[in-house]
Order: sequence, then C-alpha cells, then structure tokens
Amino acid sequence: MSATDERVLRVENLVRHFPVKGRLPFTSGGVVKAVDGVSFDLRRGETLGVVGESGCGKSTLARMLVGLERPTSGEVRFGDAVVHAARGRDLRALRRRIQIVLQDPYTSLNPRRTVREILLQPFEIHPDALDRKRRLDRIRELLDLVGLDPSVHLDRYPHQFSGGQRQRIGIARALALQPDVIVCDEPVSALDVSVQAQVVNLLERLQRELGVAYVFIAHDLSVVRHISDRVAVMYLGKLVESGPEATLYDAPAHPYTKALLSAVPVPEPVGRGDRRRILLAGDPPSPVNPPSGCRFRTRCWQATETCATTEPPLAGDERAVACHYPLAA
Amino acid sequence: MALLEVEDLRVSFPGPGGDATAVHAVNGVSLELEPGRTLAILGESGSGKSVTAQAVMGILDVPPARVAGSVRLRGRELLTLAPKQRDRVSGEEIGMVFQDAMAALNPVFTVGDQLSELLRVRRGMSRSGARRRAVELIDRVHIPAAKDRARDYPHQFSGGMRQRIMIALAIALEPDVLIADEPTTALDVTVQAQVMELIAEIQRDSGMGLLLITHDLGVVAEVADDVAVMYAGRIVERATVEQIFAGPAHPYTEGLLASMPRIDRRDEELYAIPGSPPNPARLPSGCPFHLRCPRADDVCRATLPALEPLPAGRASACHHREELLHVSH
Repeated sequence: MSATDERVLRVENLVRHFPVKGRLPFTSGGVVKAVDGVSFDLRRGETLGVVGESGCGKSTLARMLVGLERPTSGEVRFGDAVVHAARGRDLRALRRRIQIVLQDPYTSLNPRRTVREILLQPFEIHPDALDRKRRLDRIRELLDLVGLDPSVHLDRYPHQFSGGQRQRIGIARALALQPDVIVCDEPVSALDVSVQAQVVNLLERLQRELGVAYVFIAHDLSVVRHISDRVAVMYLGKLVESGPEATLYDAPAHPYTKALLSAVPVPEPVGRGDRRRILLAGDPPSPVNPPSGCRFRTRCWQATETCATTEPPLAGDERAVACHYPLAA
Repeated sequence: MALLEVEDLRVSFPGPGGDATAVHAVNGVSLELEPGRTLAILGESGSGKSVTAQAVMGILDVPPARVAGSVRLRGRELLTLAPKQRDRVSGEEIGMVFQDAMAALNPVFTVGDQLSELLRVRRGMSRSGARRRAVELIDRVHIPAAKDRARDYPHQFSGGMRQRIMIALAIALEPDVLIADEPTTALDVTVQAQVMELIAEIQRDSGMGLLLITHDLGVVAEVADDVAVMYAGRIVERATVEQIFAGPAHPYTEGLLASMPRIDRRDEELYAIPGSPPNPARLPSGCPFHLRCPRADDVCRATLPALEPLPAGRASACHHREELLHVSH
C-alpha cells in the first residue's frame, strides 16, 4: 500500500480509567482500567489493525483516538497538535482530520434524516470546508465513490437500505471532510458474510485512491489480517504484541497471540483432527482488578514467578512484544 | 431409518396484508440426521435456518406461523402430535441451545434451581436427587466448583459459562438430538473454541445427533460431517463437509467460500458476492439467487431449480450444477 514514513497519529501512553460505584452509596468500587498505557504510531496511508477480545479496551481506545472520550492520562498527537488539549477552532479543525466508522449501521445513522441530510451535516458543522454551492456535487461524488447511486439513493431514509448499504453511507459520511485518518470500530462485524467482503474491498479501494490511513479495530482475526499492514494485539487494556501482518500471524511471539490465532476456526476440513489448538482456560480476568505482573499470566501455560511479580514492557520497535519469555519463530 | 427426518418443511408467517404479503421463511426443506453425526445448516440472516430449527423443535407459535410438511423422530411424526405430547417429545428427546444464553435462562432463579426443576418435573426426581444430578451436570460442562456455582444466578456467570449452563440444561434429559442455533456467535474466539470442544465431547460420549445452525464457514469446517446450505428458505446445496470445501456445486456456496478472508494466508482482493440476501417477503422469480449470480441466464430468471442429486450422494439446486462441479475439480 502507499504507506509512507510520515506519522499521522502518535499515541503516547494512553490511559482511560472508569470509576465504578461501590455497593453502598458514596463508596468507591475501584476503577475499570479499560485502557492502561497504550502507545503506537500510525503512518500516512497505512492500516493498523487492533485485535482483542471483548472487554480488552479496543472500543474505548477508538473513542479516545477521535476525541469522543477524554483520556485519564497520556496523549494522542495529530501532527503537532494534541487532540485532547485542543479547544474551539483548533479542535474543530482536528475533528475534520480524524473520523470514525461505527459498528452498527442501524443505530449510527439518524432514522429521521435522508441520506442527503446525513451527508450534508459534516459541511454544516464545518462550513469553511466547502463552498455551499459545491456541496451537493460533493455528496453525489461521495455516494458514487462508495458504490451507491446518487440519482436513486439521495433522498431515501436509512431504513430503506440494507445493512451493507448503510455501512457504505457511514463510510461516505466519514470521508466527506477528506480526513487523514479513519478509525473503523468493528465496521463489518454486524454484516452478513456475503456482504462483509464488499465493504472490506471498498475500504481497501478508498485507501488506494485517497491515501487515508485506517485504525481498523475488530475481533475477527481473519478480516484484520486481510486488511492490515501492521497489527497490534490488545489484552486487558494493554498492547501485548505488535508487528507487520505477515510476521505476527505466521510467527506470533506472545503466548496470547499464539492462543488467539490457534482458536480461529480454519475453513478447511481436511486434516482438522490433526490441528494443534491451544485451549486457554477460563475467561479474561476483570479489568477492575487485573492480575499483578503480566496480565496474561493467569491463563498462560508458561508463566513463572517472574511473570507474577514483574510486568513485562512492550519491547522492540517495528516488531514489539510484552513477554518475559517470547516464543521463538 | 434416520434418527431425524425432515421432509418438505414449509413455514410461513402472515404479513400485514394477509396472504398476499405472507413471509415465506422456509420453502420445502428436507434433511436427515443420523445418530452421532453433525449436520450443519449454513446460511445468512433471513435464509430460514433458525426458523427451520424452531419448527423442528416445535417452539414456533402456531398460529400465527403456519407449518406444513413432515418432521419425524425415529419414524414418529411430530407435526401432527397433540400439543401436550409434542412438548414432551421436544422437551425430552430434542435439546436446544440458543445464541443468547442470557435471554434463554431465567434471571430470577439460580442455575441449580433451574436444572433441578427440569429434572423434578420431567423425571419425577426427588428434591435432593435432582439437586445432586444438577451439580453433576454443571460439573459435566466443566464449570469449576460446580457445587458452589449451582447457587449462583445467570448474571453471575460470564458469557462462555452461561453457554455451558444452557448446554447442561439441553442435555439434562439425555436427548437423542441436540439443536444448537449459533451457539458460539456471541462468544469471543478463545471461548468459542472451548464451547465447540465441549459440545463435540458430549456428542462423542452420548452419540446424539447434532443439528448445528450457523453462518460461520470456519465453524462448519471444524465440526460438521454434513452440510446443508440454505438460501431464501431453501436448501441450495447438500454435501459432506469435505465435498463442499473441495468444490462447491452451487454458485452461492462458491461465492461464500471465495469471499471469506483466511487466517492462514493473505489474499490480494476478496471475491464479493454483489447485492444482499433477498427479503423473504419479496422473493425474486426463478432461482432466488439469480440477481447476485455470475452464471445467471434466462432459465435461471424464469425457472426455480429443484434440489437435484449429483454424483457421490450430494445435491445442488442450480441449473448449472453439472458444469460447476466440473469446473471446480
């Protein structure tokens, strides 16, 4: 893909804790450490996949990247600007550069507005983005770009579209202001299998044509492999491993990555009895009270004393792993 | 005689305008399940796969639903049984596991109470005997500390554990047939692998026949012996799992396989089936897949293809089935 070395987004030590109410009034039940120290860079025009199970903090991360959620500490930098420090005009300018596509195409579009109104709204919020007279042409272009027919679809309401078409409208809306970054939070998981491929192909084509960078957040490891240049694996609010798509999938270094990959069903019945599968015991622990040391140690088959006492840092640059005993390739 | 035989099953629901707008959810489904075998019904939303399962289980509300055809368990016709007898059969000889365990379990009773109540009502067991058996069953589905967990309410269990409780309920009366409707769809991939492994283990031990309803080709490849692919309320292809994955004999199956991203390799571009699944209230003329099919011709647009046999015991409902089979080998 057309990724360059320029960093469009730098995420440094991002933390988001949510306070929990206690059982009694006025008491505290501790904090949910939803995101607990995440750092990465996003290059112009590349796709970074973020995978993890439910509760690992990946959606909270997505919301912080676009400024919908305020981090407890740490920062998201876009160029020279810090996303959460920006106010007023600067903040509005930043929001044009970073957009989001949400999971559920049924609830993320206003049911009382036509496609025309939905797509014109970004220009009403950012009137300086485009001259009023040119906006209608622009939204026609956008519909065309995402594979919808402006002459037919412009004045319809969301309920008149299928799930896949609605997701296309969501993508057109995200593209309206020509952002540099689109955060896609589970963009295809609500879609039928036969429709997923259409949306994945569309996202890839748009990246080739427009050079937009994606942070692609999903729990489906196969889809993430297909679309990503680099992949980061999240567990209980932290990144445990990151690296280029091929190395991470073919030679995982963190035991959790390995277990996660081995759990994915392979669409090939021949030899299924001989496949070696690492069955992890139990469910991920609660993010209110994560295990000491390495957070994965309670489910890890090679954990030692060291893992219980010392937290392994995410070590490495292009290929990084947070494990005291990384697996050999 | 097969364990479970379904013949020409048809289910429709009246529409707002009476018969003219009726939704034809299942349009002539026939299948057979042998003891110890796993038959997967593969389909997308609206394909009729869940309604088929519900009709076999006898849990559709009739009326408004209209059910015709034949469902035989060990040769005994179920559709003409009196409601009381029908309940007895579907409660004791057929077990069912649903996708959403939280909705299927009663939130105000402990899981131990729910299991013992079932055993006392259906098996006439004593209070203490039923309690003991309930704890055994919780242990059987590998929930640690079964005796203590029997006193917990459904909300105190994680998603994977709730699914195990539902499996315990489904197998409590030792049914001959287990119907699992998307049993792992709501679960994370590491937990999904655990639950599928548990179902396979119970099946090995008990020799029950498993009817697995799913949209997930990966799960099908991992656990099914036989596959029936459903589209628009019909079975469009039937074969063994090896046959399907080695070379599909219906363009829809072919498209599904090609559109799926793979965990074990990276493809350049995914094949995407154009369009979206048809609305069961407004099915197109001829072959219901013709609007999305690359092979469609005038015959396909005019004539509905029947499910016709092919060599090696498989069948396909496509006018072009012979050439398809030829191409893919």
